[in-house]
Amino acid sequence: MTQNTQQQSPVNKISSYITLIVAIVMGLAIIALFSAAYAYTLGSEYLIQAGFLIIIGAFALGISVVVLYQTRRNATAIKNEETKVMTIIECKNCGTKITRDFQRGDYVFKELGACEKCPEQKQIITGVYKEIKTKEKTYAV
Amino acid sequence: MTLIPIIDAITQLAPNNPIHTGQFGGDGGWTSYIGLFYMVFMFVILFYGQRFQSYMMIRNVEDSLHKLRGIKEEGRKNAIETLKEIGKPSVDITPRVDRCLDYFTISPQSMDPAGIVAKLDHILEVRDQRLLDDVKLMAPQCNDDVQLHNMENTLEAAMALNYLYKVVRHYYIQGKKTMSLYIIMQLQMVLPMVMKEAEAFSAALTAFSFGQPIGDSVGPLIASKMMRGYEVRKVYKDCVVATVPFEGRTALVMKAEGSGGNCGKPGDAIETVIEENQGKIAMLIMIDAGLKLEGEAVGEIAEGVGSAIGGPGVDAFKIEEMLVKYKIPINAIIIKEDIGDAVAPMRKEIHDAADKAIERVRELVLERTKEGDTLIVFGVGNSIGIGQ
Ligand SMILES: [Zn+2]
Repeated sequence: MTQNTQQQSPVNKISSYITLIVAIVMGLAIIALFSAAYAYTLGSEYLIQAGFLIIIGAFALGISVVVLYQTRRNATAIKNEETKVMTIIECKNCGTKITRDFQRGDYVFKELGACEKCPEQKQIITGVYKEIKTKEKTYAV
Repeated sequence: MTLIPIIDAITQLAPNNPIHTGQFGGDGGWTSYIGLFYMVFMFVILFYGQRFQSYMMIRNVEDSLHKLRGIKEEGRKNAIETLKEIGKPSVDITPRVDRCLDYFTISPQSMDPAGIVAKLDHILEVRDQRLLDDVKLMAPQCNDDVQLHNMENTLEAAMALNYLYKVVRHYYIQGKKTMSLYIIMQLQMVLPMVMKEAEAFSAALTAFSFGQPIGDSVGPLIASKMMRGYEVRKVYKDCVVATVPFEGRTALVMKAEGSGGNCGKPGDAIETVIEENQGKIAMLIMIDAGLKLEGEAVGEIAEGVGSAIGGPGVDAFKIEEMLVKYKIPINAIIIKEDIGDAVAPMRKEIHDAADKAIERVRELVLERTKEGDTLIVFGVGNSIGIGQ
């Protein structure tokens, strides 16, 4: 199919584009801060300029750090969402409960092999679900 | 020092600077340049502001579209791999899958709506059968009904993703061609919801291909828990019923047949069972997964009246017809979940809600029926990954 030959996913391209901009802004911010320090050493008549440069430098540095932090958090958030589906196996006789990874062919109320403790009783799958550990954001309204 | 020019630039900007005032032809030379710059800037914003906004929006849509294509491609690949793994076809099935992805259904003409339900029902039945036949052709080695149904569901999820992608792409290209803010805006407004839906379908596709229960399977799960240990028999097309003694009453517990992905035909099944009992049913209780509003907890249970069943409305129509014919009261119990949870693998909260829902059924039955009555409990939803 022709769709396979289309261009590669641009997600990486976009993120590298953002990183480049952030790097430039960060560099400029650092230069501004150095200039501020230099201006301060020049004497009292450059004090206003030093103040200007400090504000600009700190502001730009802050923004670039926030942007960088946000993109990184987005990247990690996507990874966290993949949670495993678990299968819960129980024995009605002795109440043994086993939790294992889901396997193809598992379904709720499927009868499996005999229980280890009680050979005459078959184990049954009582649940197939995934557990999401990350708490959802709540809004106090 | 290289730093000097920067300081110069800053000092020149500062008003009343004793060092640099008047350097560029008299008082406030620089300020007038800035004023000019602002003028130009204002004109640019005035005439090109909307265009600029359109570009920003288009970029936004473009990002989502690329993401959507990624999701769609992954779904398609996933579907093909599953079919190959289980069906073991002798020929390459890729072209056939691609053909299936573009499969469409035309809803019946509704100018004269009398009798439209039967027409819609017929068309949907033909569609389901056609899809199942296609799956059988693609997976000739598979004789397992469960796997066939799961593959059919997988294919359906891939179809939905394909359709979403194509519609978004259509509006994106149209917006880019016309550069009309309004076309782009419409797309951008619905895009968050569309992306959420796409992600849900993507999760559904994986769940279907493995045969895992999804959030929507909570209805069948509850029914299955209630009918456990009693004899189960098949009724009309892919539904099962068990006669369960329940608090001194007789409960006819019904669900779609599992553990393959299947919703059955609840309308026809309930009709059959009611007719079998000559309409002597004290109450019909329908249990289904329902969409929650933001702010409501996942797995919350709500009670109400009315036929709790989704889909195109054919089943709800048939059930309501029967209820009116025999004057049977109908109660509904809903387990709240998000659209994303409804088709993704079942969450623990939803699984845990099943027992609570059975307690609700018990309360309902004790309060609103007499001993010796016969009632129907139907667990509506996709029976994937739920046995009986
Ligand atoms: Zn045991």
